[in-house]
Amino acid sequence: MSSIGTGYDLSVTTFSPDGRVFQIEYAAKAVDNSGTVVGIKCKDGIVIGVEKLIASKMMLPGSNRRIHSVHRHSGMGVAGLAADGRQIVARAKSEAHNYESTYGEPIPIKELAERVASYVHLCTLYWWLRPFGSGVILGGYDRDGPQLYMVEPSGVSYRYFGAAIGKGRQAAKTEIEKLKLSELTCRQGVIEVAKIIYGVHDEAKDKTFELEMSWVCDESNRQHQKVPEALLEEAKAAAQAALEEMDAD
Amino acid sequence: MDTLLSSEGDSQRTQYPYVTGTSIIGIKYKDGILMAADMGGSYGSTIRYKSVERLKQVGKHSLIGASGEISDFQEILKYLDELILHDNMWDDGNSLGPKEVHNYLTRVMYNRRNKFDPLWNSLVIGGVKNGQKYLGSVSMIGVHYEDDHLATGFGNHLARPILREEWREDLSFEEGVKLLEKCMRNLLYRDRSAVNKLQIAKITEEGLTVSQPYSLKTFWNFAAFQNPTVGATGSW
Repeated sequence: MSSIGTGYDLSVTTFSPDGRVFQIEYAAKAVDNSGTVVGIKCKDGIVIGVEKLIASKMMLPGSNRRIHSVHRHSGMGVAGLAADGRQIVARAKSEAHNYESTYGEPIPIKELAERVASYVHLCTLYWWLRPFGSGVILGGYDRDGPQLYMVEPSGVSYRYFGAAIGKGRQAAKTEIEKLKLSELTCRQGVIEVAKIIYGVHDEAKDKTFELEMSWVCDESNRQHQKVPEALLEEAKAAAQAALEEMDAD
Repeated sequence: MDTLLSSEGDSQRTQYPYVTGTSIIGIKYKDGILMAADMGGSYGSTIRYKSVERLKQVGKHSLIGASGEISDFQEILKYLDELILHDNMWDDGNSLGPKEVHNYLTRVMYNRRNKFDPLWNSLVIGGVKNGQKYLGSVSMIGVHYEDDHLATGFGNHLARPILREEWREDLSFEEGVKLLEKCMRNLLYRDRSAVNKLQIAKITEEGLTVSQPYSLKTFWNFAAFQNPTVGATGSW
């Protein structure tokens, strides 16, 4: 799908003759080269998991968080340029806060996704701004139940049952499609997401990674929070076991 | 825009309170903090609202009680809610305790006072964090202090003398409640904006509970109250 956009790729306000905006496509490449982020909607909530590629052994485990809470009821997993992602999260927090201040209820996830998407899109409209080099998977639980959205650097946002961005997204999406999401609880979903992330991690190309997971579900009282320590360990163990089984074949 | 001594446009000056709550009493006891407040909201000399909750939880470790303008208290609760939310979203294993909340409120109250636009409240913050008990007070002009027992408004005049005599470091929960009730009863007799419907809140390391509203028994059968006009000037 890649082609050289010589001459038409210098500015985000330039179309190529075949109707593409190359700067946006290049921004998407930044996302494609980052660690995988997976999100699934189970019957009682959302689970988000991130394959956090560790750049240096000196890094403290648990630092450089890739999943952020946006409000009590929602959170985002970020892929691509970390600093760009931080801006998107900051904007989402601000939107959520303003909505609650004005309307007195937590921002509906649909509204939040729309606001984040239009902010990301805004940065693709002017030559003095560059597009965000990160995509986010936004999950939350409001009056209409649990919902999962994905926002890409182009500013498009769709609602999903299951979504993946980053290096291993093709393989991850195949795995997600095999799951019967409407029958899974979040407890089971956490195990499945861990298995998927361990599965798509490329041992040869990338060294170590840290698994970061969060959920919003009935069990967490509809609050977005890190998956509890005990369950996370259980998920990691199950994922390791599944890997070994695959290797044994 | 803003001149030195007054601001135009969005001008606010020192207001007057409209719907007010009366005293709050707070004491440290063996396991934590106890606070008492009645549920009245006065509109001047009328007791307009009789189910106002003036004791509220703040985050995991703190309890706030407010006297003064009720709408300003609601505004303060909004600020505190935002403060706690942002603290939680850091998700770093730390949480704001009563000392931090007290300091934050002191800054808010003092800065508003400096703009001649005060939040018309006297606040009591109490809580326990990591085994440390804390009880602090802030007024509408930003005066703040900590103590083993505190009160706002009339409580300072009517309740604190009782507390100075009878408060001890190792009060049990039952003893603490009895002491608070003794103070609240005194306020009920002597503070005209007090109502006989109160709540007592307890906060310990384990958590917070606010009691259901209840009433105190009062005694009016004093000799001087029987036939009060006997011997009065001009009577026969």
